[in-house]
Amino acid sequence: MFERQLKSAGVHLLLIAYSCLAVGPILLVVMNSFKKRAAIFGSPLSFPDFTTFSLIGYNKVFSASHVVLYFWNSLVVTLVSMSLVLLLGAMAAWALTEYRFRWTTALSLYLAIGIMVPIRLGSVAILTMMRKAGLNDTLTALILVYVAQGLPMSIFILSEFVQQIPRDLRDAARCDGVPETRIFFEVIAPLLRPAIATVAVFTIVPIWNDLWFPLILTSSDSTHTITLGVQQFLGQYITDWNSVLAALSMAILPIVAIYIVFSRQLIAGLTAGAVK
Amino acid sequence: MANLRIDNLNKSYGTARVLADIGLQIPDGEFVVLVGPSGCGKSTLLRMIAGLDAVTSGDIYIGDRLVNTLAPAERKIAMVFQSYALYPHMDVRKNMTFGLKFTGVPPAERQRRVTEAARMLQLEKLLDRYPRDLSGGQRQRVAIGRAIVREPDVFLFDEPLSNLDAALRVSTRVEIARLHQMLKATIVYVTHDQVEAMTLADRIVVMNQGVIEQVGKPLDLYYEPANLFVAGFIGSPAMNFFAARVESIGAGGARVVGPTMQPMTLPAAGLAAGAELTIGVRPEHLAIGDRGDFLTSGTVELVERLGEASFAHVARADKKRLVVEIRGRETPKIGDVVTFAAGMRDVHVFDKGGRRVETVTA
Repeated sequence: MFERQLKSAGVHLLLIAYSCLAVGPILLVVMNSFKKRAAIFGSPLSFPDFTTFSLIGYNKVFSASHVVLYFWNSLVVTLVSMSLVLLLGAMAAWALTEYRFRWTTALSLYLAIGIMVPIRLGSVAILTMMRKAGLNDTLTALILVYVAQGLPMSIFILSEFVQQIPRDLRDAARCDGVPETRIFFEVIAPLLRPAIATVAVFTIVPIWNDLWFPLILTSSDSTHTITLGVQQFLGQYITDWNSVLAALSMAILPIVAIYIVFSRQLIAGLTAGAVK
Repeated sequence: MANLRIDNLNKSYGTARVLADIGLQIPDGEFVVLVGPSGCGKSTLLRMIAGLDAVTSGDIYIGDRLVNTLAPAERKIAMVFQSYALYPHMDVRKNMTFGLKFTGVPPAERQRRVTEAARMLQLEKLLDRYPRDLSGGQRQRVAIGRAIVREPDVFLFDEPLSNLDAALRVSTRVEIARLHQMLKATIVYVTHDQVEAMTLADRIVVMNQGVIEQVGKPLDLYYEPANLFVAGFIGSPAMNFFAARVESIGAGGARVVGPTMQPMTLPAAGLAAGAELTIGVRPEHLAIGDRGDFLTSGTVELVERLGEASFAHVARADKKRLVVEIRGRETPKIGDVVTFAAGMRDVHVFDKGGRRVETVTA
């Protein structure tokens, strides 16, 4: 009994330590975004108090630049990419597990390569391609890249979940005369909800946080995403830390919001199959 | 409602042949049970009738319509699955009507059918519940209801009672039998449970290793099994078998001897001197005593007491099983050497190839 408690305490200690490690930097950013510049450097680890509290960073961010536009761009790119990844990913996962055709294995392998090879290796090719297609400096270009980036993993994960859906259910729907598309959308997709929530979170985070592709694919101010927009506060000679920290703090919010929305489903997704 | 005809049906997965030359005619309104050990191909046959598995060769007709290439829904069949296969995110009513939406049944008609089926299956109070809130028996009734509302030509049942506990299995079995009388539907029912097969079927199809061993009425299979497999499969506990040989043929009949039985005389029709035979006698047809046409003896090793009967497991020289059903309160003791007897009409004779030899004409 005692041994079990000790073991559980040890595990919790480890988890708490890891949580601190993960949350620490974020807390530091948020904390310091509410402080005066001098206080950021003077006592970076202390909480803002009456003497050091300031909203100057947030004021500057909202007045000086197109932060709202950047946010909007990020939101559009992330949500459209996510929707496409989920829709196409779920459909492909269903097709690859349910229908046997000549290229099933080859196609699965091809998609597995997409998981193994980082998409950034293709940056130059992607850039030329977008140029030739006349898509450079558009959000469409970003969306296309992110869909390509997110699809392989989402298909891989969703395939596992599709396989767990009892065969009889699809057979029953077929005997009932339900058309194949409706079987997918009205029988399979609702059952995949926890899995889709999991994949949604896995897909959104790297897209929202990505700096690389906005950097190489967008040039004008109107197509910048928030991560790229923040960079303009980082200068070669002078960095406006108040604004940088304020913009970064705000950038965390949408992800947190999305996580809260999906979290109930997410936990169900992560533990699915563990308990029968 | 319609009849069902299967001609020379074959199914192979690669080089593995799962079903070989299946031929079967099921008249309108008949309740046919496919029974056999697991892996015998009975479920595959059912899935092929449903259109869920493709036919390798051969034809399936439902009501004189060749359905080989038709989708399940176009075959006018309804299937009930072992796992119930209810849509977990729809309530009972939606589960039953979901399919009708796509087959052009108008809403008012859908409601009428659901009400009717719910009344038949006592599901009225459950219509707004979800499958997760139902017990196993209720789920199975919903699954049957979903089949009924489709008003199919043929009902297909795939081991529908296997997931239920023993008591519920008996009551649902009765329910299905009652339903068949009410609907007068053509039903193909797959099970590995011979009690289900015997109690429900108009005719039983016994399958083994991809072929049909025998088709017949339940009691015909019991009293006149066509071969060793059917003899051993139908009946519980299984039939006892004794190796034997025709020693000579005389005026009174064929004298048959065997290492674990006393010599006996069988009517000679169909027997030749020197032929090797298998003699089969069911446990319930053996009785303690030494007066009978067939006699065998051995040492009692174990007695199972079930109440209405006891089963004596008896050791015999060739180490094969010998089980005898004993009625009443007096059972032999372990270690007793006992002689058992059976009458001529309870003795089944099989030739070297395992096929039944008709001996008793009376």
